[in-house]
Amino acid sequence: MSPRVTAAVARRVLEQLRRDPRTIALIIAVPCVLEFLLQQLFGRNSPVFQKVGAPLLGLFPFIAMFLVTSITMLRERTTGTLERLMTLPLAKVDLLAGYGIAFALVAVVQATLVSILAFGLLGLNVAGPEWLVVLLAVANAVLGSTLGLFVSAFAQTEFQAVQFMPAVVFPQLLLCGLFVARDEMATWMRVVSAFFPLTYAYDALARTASDDLGARFALDVAVVLGCIVLAVVLGAATLRRRTD
Amino acid sequence: MSAAVRADGLHVVRGGVTVLPGLSCEVATASVTGLLGPSGSGKSTFLRAVVGVQRVAGGTVEVLGAPAGSSTLRRRVGYMTQAPSVYGDLTVEENLRFFARVLALPRDAVARAIADVSLESFTGRVVNTLSGGQRARVSLATALLGSPDLLVLDEPTVGLDPVLRRDLWELFHRIAERGATLLVSSHVMDEADRCDALLLLRDGKLLAQATPAELRGRTGVEQLDEAFLRLVEAAE
Repeated sequence: MSPRVTAAVARRVLEQLRRDPRTIALIIAVPCVLEFLLQQLFGRNSPVFQKVGAPLLGLFPFIAMFLVTSITMLRERTTGTLERLMTLPLAKVDLLAGYGIAFALVAVVQATLVSILAFGLLGLNVAGPEWLVVLLAVANAVLGSTLGLFVSAFAQTEFQAVQFMPAVVFPQLLLCGLFVARDEMATWMRVVSAFFPLTYAYDALARTASDDLGARFALDVAVVLGCIVLAVVLGAATLRRRTD
Repeated sequence: MSAAVRADGLHVVRGGVTVLPGLSCEVATASVTGLLGPSGSGKSTFLRAVVGVQRVAGGTVEVLGAPAGSSTLRRRVGYMTQAPSVYGDLTVEENLRFFARVLALPRDAVARAIADVSLESFTGRVVNTLSGGQRARVSLATALLGSPDLLVLDEPTVGLDPVLRRDLWELFHRIAERGATLLVSSHVMDEADRCDALLLLRDGKLLAQATPAELRGRTGVEQLDEAFLRLVEAAE
């Protein structure tokens, strides 16, 4: 692994994104609009907005980066640039880490701007520190990127890659505890959700919102970080230097 | 002189179909060797095996004294894929800078590669806005970066105008004079005359390994595409 090559990949991914200002605008604007809609729908001081606002802020980067990364990586595979890269002195981890860093930086911008809107203008309150919400959002973005890289190996077309988003993300969103508390779920659903990384990502955000930063919070963060490492390892395994 | 590439009984199966049933051949160091044959004859598959991205069912390929695909070769082998493998949403210069950074090359290497393929007036253009031939040259330029000892070029001149094609073949010979080896595939026989040595491939089998002059002598015909036909008929 080489920091120089990792930085080269990250820089290139950001340069590609810069050529696509509409995507950047969507990455920033969509969560802002959703946060605004949520506030308007339920009201500034409603318990629903106060409960869902922070998790939405923290989970949105996961969804956005999952999509963007899986498509970008699929393009690398289908246009032959990946094959080209595999003949160069570039470790697979350099490629994956480069993507992760690039989209983490995008997530910093995204989460910061949405936070300014939500905390500053829309009246969202969290009992814990607001910067922690932004930090968790960035971690979730990296998790989304690495998972997106991994699943892109199973898509042959961009249509398939897009469908992986609802397939991989929606079940996790439904069972993470946002809609129904996990204690109130049927046992089998609680067991299934224990295997979903988003469950821990949501729990960390919910605990930040209620300033409950104890051992469970630490465990949540550890699981999210562990899943990032696992997704990178699995992603690296799907990158083959030799193919048919 | 030792061979830059030596394949021995190379056996490749792709998608259940045998593409190369057992190819043995050599590419001489510091030469321009043409890999010629019709589309579907296994040229790209052989080149992929040489650069080490092709899964191989049997046999060996030795490149610059090491097994093909060895990590020590990744700085010494330049590879141009058949479809331009560059980033369409980046400019010519951004593409080359990226590959140069991966190879840890100084900045002037980028300008030199761009000049080699005569794209100086397009450095700031986004690759997707270029013509097919220009895009192929960007891809070629990335393969030239770092002056590799072996250049593996998959149909680098396809779709280019005749003047540009001549310029590129002159460039290939200049590179070979500096001591590098070039393995260049083409499906048009009129490019055969521009090569020092030829590997003629058909249905994954080596029809001949010879210089253009030897090929003429062996078949008794002047036109190389006619000579190719004679060899095919003789083999059947």
